[in-house]
Amino acid sequence: MTAADTTTTRRAASPRGSGTPRRRRHRLTFDKVSFMVVFLGVPLAVYAVFVLSPFVQACYFALTRWSGFDPNPEFIGFENFVRLFQDQTFLKALGNNVILLVVIPPVTIFLALVLATIVTMGGPTRGQIRGIKGAGFYRVVSFFPYVVPAIAIGLMWLMIFDPSSGPVNSVLTAIGLDQFQSYPWLGRVLTAMPVTIFVIVWAFVGFYMILFVAAIKGIPSEIYEAARIDGAGRWRTLWSVTLPQVRSNVQTAWIYLGIFALDAFVYLQALNANGGPENSTLVMGQYLYRTAFTKNQFGMATATGVVMAIITLAFAALVFLVNHLTGGSEKEERR
Amino acid sequence: MSIDTETAATQPEGSDAPPARTYRKARGGGGDTVFTTVSQVLLIIWSALVILPFVYTLLASFKTSSEIFASPFALPEKPQWENYVRTWTESGIGRAMINSIIVVGSALVVVMLLGAMCAYVLARFEFPFRRAIYYLMLAGLTFPVFLAVVPLFFIMQNFGLLGTLPGLSLTYVAFALPFTVFFLYSFFQQLPQEIAEAAAIDGAGEWTTFFRVMLPMAKPGLAAIAIFNFLGLWNQFILPVALNPRPENYVLPQVMAAIAGSANYEIDYGALFAAIVIVVLPVLVIYVIFQRQLQGSVSQGTNK
Repeated sequence: MTAADTTTTRRAASPRGSGTPRRRRHRLTFDKVSFMVVFLGVPLAVYAVFVLSPFVQACYFALTRWSGFDPNPEFIGFENFVRLFQDQTFLKALGNNVILLVVIPPVTIFLALVLATIVTMGGPTRGQIRGIKGAGFYRVVSFFPYVVPAIAIGLMWLMIFDPSSGPVNSVLTAIGLDQFQSYPWLGRVLTAMPVTIFVIVWAFVGFYMILFVAAIKGIPSEIYEAARIDGAGRWRTLWSVTLPQVRSNVQTAWIYLGIFALDAFVYLQALNANGGPENSTLVMGQYLYRTAFTKNQFGMATATGVVMAIITLAFAALVFLVNHLTGGSEKEERR
Repeated sequence: MSIDTETAATQPEGSDAPPARTYRKARGGGGDTVFTTVSQVLLIIWSALVILPFVYTLLASFKTSSEIFASPFALPEKPQWENYVRTWTESGIGRAMINSIIVVGSALVVVMLLGAMCAYVLARFEFPFRRAIYYLMLAGLTFPVFLAVVPLFFIMQNFGLLGTLPGLSLTYVAFALPFTVFFLYSFFQQLPQEIAEAAAIDGAGEWTTFFRVMLPMAKPGLAAIAIFNFLGLWNQFILPVALNPRPENYVLPQVMAAIAGSANYEIDYGALFAAIVIVVLPVLVIYVIFQRQLQGSVSQGTNK
């Protein structure tokens, strides 16, 4: 599709094209020049000034000592990075991001896949393959957390886990677990991180469930019918038919979730703006924000940003590599 | 399973098979019911887990503080509309709502226009560095916003845009642009070439062709990405928190963050829950109205 289109465009633009209307497209008229300048120039200018140039500048500022007030930051080479990796607080934040990176994608994807499978194929195994009763309702509901602002979700759960007024503790005390009388879920090292992860997974499962539902619906039903005739049960079908078919979607989801886990700023800022008990939920984004806007160490802060970017890109590359080594999606589909 | 039933029906005279067959048949039927029931139960638990926090928040927003402490899911004695009045006037949420509407609304219009223009030129014209520009756009999608935040802070300051609503709106446009271009690029590529040629024969210039012919044809794509951008920008957090320090210009997420930050101190519980409801309700209503288009656009945009 894409290739064919490109050739058409190219032929249309080629000066040797014989049709008059095609040649007219190539002539440089005022109409055409003004059109190209405005249509390409304005968006690119905005993009270059506000997106590209900050990224490029960041790479330089990361190598400087800079309080933000002097016009000429002092160039200090890689000193910021050395100091960064000697700072226990940063290492703690990095470790917390790694925990999020390891836990959130698999848990979210597993739950999303289970729910998506149930919704699309939970119906009876006899006759036509169909979804479970009320599938439409479940899909609408599952999407709620995605549309609500993340900060509102964080705040909502902050109140639900509130030590003295939150329903979690009142329910637990009501069933006789008196030790939860006023247990500070987000104020103890033991529970702060698990609760945070729970909230984030809660917020994301529905979205990925919808993605997987769309992917599963895109699988031709002949394949399922063939599997059924071959005597494949539900688990066998899920494992040998559905999973290989949605493999590339799982890869995409894994990358999105991983990139998010390396950020996670919003939720952490809502649940524990100060980094949690003993910095147990501090993440790199919060560290960067603090370094920049409360300590005014802008060189150090951009160095943190560079580390975040490198880890993010390395992670995405790793996911592609793993997927490729274990037999990439194309091979799987052709089999 | 359907095969099993058929075999059972067409071969009733088989002497050694019946026990096995009935066994399999029974297991098939029973397993089905069990599976469907378990599935329904799982989905109901999941839905409850999603809905209950919202219900709790809604109920609590109408309660007095002592009622909130007393029992989580009881109905309020008498709805405390005062909670809403207090939060609207005292937390600055009313002002923030107006700011959010201005910033997101203007950014949405501009990014749709610029994104469509850029995607159209990239998709349908041949010129030097076309590929390079396209990949440069994609690169903007891969880097974390955090990397850009500090330099962007000073760029905004130098332009005198730091902490102003137009400035914030402009950064929203810039950061929503790559995905918009990426999404609309394939859309414009699929539009038939013949129509553009017909328009050219009829004497339409490039400008006219774009605004009168191409843009109307791309409407479904534009609608999908508009909804997507609206949610993304309305929920945008790091950009305003870093680049919009003046309290009178706060947008909704910032007010929420300020409330969350002060939640450890003496808090007005009812007003806090009312604030959450004020932020959540409009988005949920918009979602329920547009949910079909949105779910479509999400799977379209990410499965490509």
